[in-house]
This record gives sequence, C-alpha cells and structure tokens, in this order.
Amino acid sequence: MIYIINYGVGNLNSISNIIKKVGGESEIISDVSLLKQAKKIILPGVGAFDHAMKKLAEHGWTEELTDTVVNRKIPTLGICLGMQMLCKKSEEGVLPGLGWIDAEVKKFNFPEGTNLKVPHMGWNQVHVKKENPLIKNPEEEHRFYFVHSYHVVCKNEADILGTTNYGIEFTSSVSHDNIYGAQFHPEKSHRFGMELLKNFIDIPC
Amino acid sequence: MNHRVIARLDIKGPNLVKGIHLEGLRVMGKPEEFASYYNEAGADELLYMDVVASLYDRNSLKDIITRTAKEIFIPLTVGGGLRSIEDITEVLRYGADKVSLNTAAIKNPEIIRQASEAFGSSTIVIAIEAIKQNDGKYLCYTDNGREYTGIDAFEWAEKAQDLGAGELIVTSVDKEGTGEGFDIELTRKISDAVRIPVIAHGGPGKLEHFEEIIREGNADAVTVASMIHYDYVSKNKSQGEFKGEGNVTFINSGKEFGKINKAEIMDIKKYLSEKGIDCRYINE
Repeated sequence: MIYIINYGVGNLNSISNIIKKVGGESEIISDVSLLKQAKKIILPGVGAFDHAMKKLAEHGWTEELTDTVVNRKIPTLGICLGMQMLCKKSEEGVLPGLGWIDAEVKKFNFPEGTNLKVPHMGWNQVHVKKENPLIKNPEEEHRFYFVHSYHVVCKNEADILGTTNYGIEFTSSVSHDNIYGAQFHPEKSHRFGMELLKNFIDIPC
Repeated sequence: MNHRVIARLDIKGPNLVKGIHLEGLRVMGKPEEFASYYNEAGADELLYMDVVASLYDRNSLKDIITRTAKEIFIPLTVGGGLRSIEDITEVLRYGADKVSLNTAAIKNPEIIRQASEAFGSSTIVIAIEAIKQNDGKYLCYTDNGREYTGIDAFEWAEKAQDLGAGELIVTSVDKEGTGEGFDIELTRKISDAVRIPVIAHGGPGKLEHFEEIIREGNADAVTVASMIHYDYVSKNKSQGEFKGEGNVTFINSGKEFGKINKAEIMDIKKYLSEKGIDCRYINE
C-alpha cells in the first residue's frame, strides 16, 4: 500500500489510477496520523514552491513526514515539485525545503539567443547515472513527460540518479537511501512511467 | 528539444467530430475509444476540445473526461466553453491536467493571471484562433472562428504570455481541416515572439507538413486530428450507433478526403525521427 500525501495541492487521482493500472494499491491520505503505519509514500506537487511548503506545514505534515522518511526510512518518492521539496531551498521561494537531500533548486536560465522555451515541457530522455531500483536497463532509452521551470542541483554527485539534457545537463532524478525524486511525471509517462512505478512498488519495505 | 505530437479530439455532445475551418462537423465516433487508442499508439498528449460547449449542457463532457482519465496515462488538456475559475477547477477535478482558454481570456484577460496563480502556469494553455485578413494581418476570433474580435494575434500572444499563460495553441482557421498544411507564417511569428511553447494546429494532410511546421514554423509541438481519425475509422468501422449530434452521413458512407492522407501517430513520429527531429519514437 502506497500512501499519496494530500496536502491540498494538485490532482492526485492520476497517480492512484496508474498505480492501480500496474497492479499496486494506493490511498490518498489527508490524515497525518496514518503516517505511523506507512509502508511507502509518494509526495506529489504542482505549482509554486512556497505555496506547497506552506500547505504542507498548514496541514501538519512537515515534522511527521520527516520522522517517517528520515528516521524510520520509509521508501518515499517525490514527484515534480515534490522532488524539489526534498531539497534545502529553491530560487522560486524564500521558505526552506524539507532538506532531506543536500541540494538546491535553480531556475532554468538560458543565455540570450538560445531559443529554448521555459517551461521545459514534453518528453525527454533520462540518462541513468547509477544503479538504482527505479529505472533499470540504463542502456535503453527512457523517455518521460516533463513540465517545469526550475531544476535540482545536487551537492553530492552520489545523489544523482539520472540526468536530462535541456540546454544544460540537469538532474532529473535523485536518490539518497530510501528517498527518491523524479522531476518528470511518471503518472503521465505511459509505459516508462508504469515501469518506474511498478519498480517503486517492488522496492522491499 | 523533443517535439510533441498531440492528438486533438473535437467533441460535440457525446461524439468525436471533425469539421473543416472548424465548421461542418461530421461525427467520427466515441471520443474515449479514440483516446484510448491514441494513448497506446504513441500520442504524447491528448487535447479534448468541446466545440459547441456554450450551446449544450456539460454533463457529457464531464463523463467523457472522467472515463478517459482512468484509461490514459499521458497528459490530457481540456478546452471549450470554460468561462470561470470554477469551470477550470471542475475540469481539473474530473481529471484534466491542463485547460485551454480562448473566449473567456479574450473577454477578461485577467482570468489568465488568476488561473495561472491558482493552478500554475503550465496548467493554463491559451488557444488563439487566427484568420488572415486581406491586408496580411492575423486577427483573433472566438467561438470556433465565428466571432470577430479585432485583436491582433501577435500582440495577444505576447500579452497572454505576460499574464502567465504556460503554452499557446495556435489555430489557423483558414487551414483547419483542409489538408493543405499548417500556416507557417502565423506559427513562426508567434513562436519567435514568445518564450513559452507554441503548439501548431490546423491543416496537416501529409507527413511533410509536420517537418515543415517544426523546421520553418518553429513549432514546439503539433496537433493532428483528421489524419489519425480517418486512419482509425478506416480500421475500426463502427457505423450505425450514432445519434442526432451532428452529421453522421460521413462515417456511414466510408468516404475519404482527397487531400488528407491517413496516418498512425507512429507514422508521423517515424517520419520526424528519420528527418532528424527529436521526438518520442521508439523503434520496436
């Protein structure tokens, strides 16, 4: 059973729909006390960084989540803004992030004259940088659906799971112990997304 | 950068329809069926456009979105007749990932700012329906190219971006449904004027048109409707089950359009890949 954290941001049904499609079970939870029995967690996120961090705090998630994820080491996947929230801070806002991954979030900043559009939107490749349980067969092409204007910059190279090229080679996926992050949307990435989520379901808890 | 091929499905009541110049709608079949097929067939996104939204009640659209969202695992954009923040909230709740606005944004541009602040810029797509005038100008129209606004398409594109739009879908009403190819001038001028992605809509009839609009029109993404719908219908004829929601003579006749070649989505992507344009094409 995967708990999808509902802190009042975004459409969570698409995540539960795809988990069901690949044979997993999930529940969208709004009750913080349920974290005590959590086996696996997905932290979704859309919109602005500060808005999301504020909502998370308002609904009382922040401390309990940190205890569950960092101390009890429950496998956790942050998606899109949810991955950025795992970091220490973001150029998009002033509030601190969860700080579970030693990283910062920066805005795409392309020199004048490059015709790269922001947001980075569409299906792009993820190049796997280390052995990991989420994306197997690193030699194959893995394409996921991205929508974002900010990207994660890791302090420790060891935390980089995958990178993607968009003007620069940026970190599109992270992992650190039991904590995983995907800048792209696996729930919108058809068969590549299904594979990734199936692999997340299969991580032993 | 990778280029998206977006399947566009125009909806009238419970049916998928297709017209020419956004008019003369012919019934093609059930939108959910086409959507599921395109989801498996390699579409990068789906776009549902409720083409007569203001005239009919919204219950069938709600049902269509809800059913579709359970079956497809690619992004879904919904547009047509969304008038308010409440309408947008509702459609997102049914399972859309993005919404597309035209008339509401022209009437009240502030809705772009409000919506992008509430739901994030990348959720808000502004649809521009342009018609080329005799003096060479492109002006915006609403209500499927029927209502004149007098607003310059290029100025409006920049304004929509500045107000917070995350993407623009640019329709050439002149080319729509004709198979003559996209309007390259219109798309390029808008794409060059803004920093947000531009989706070209209206006109493709053969594979070359997609390469043309990406290379010469600087489109970030393309939509396709007639070519893939005709292909699907020709392979999966399901006549006789359509009721009074538009002209059903076409689908029951088995006729085809001369200028529009049939194609699978993967035919388009294979063609683009072979021409050196990056897209999600997997050779299996």
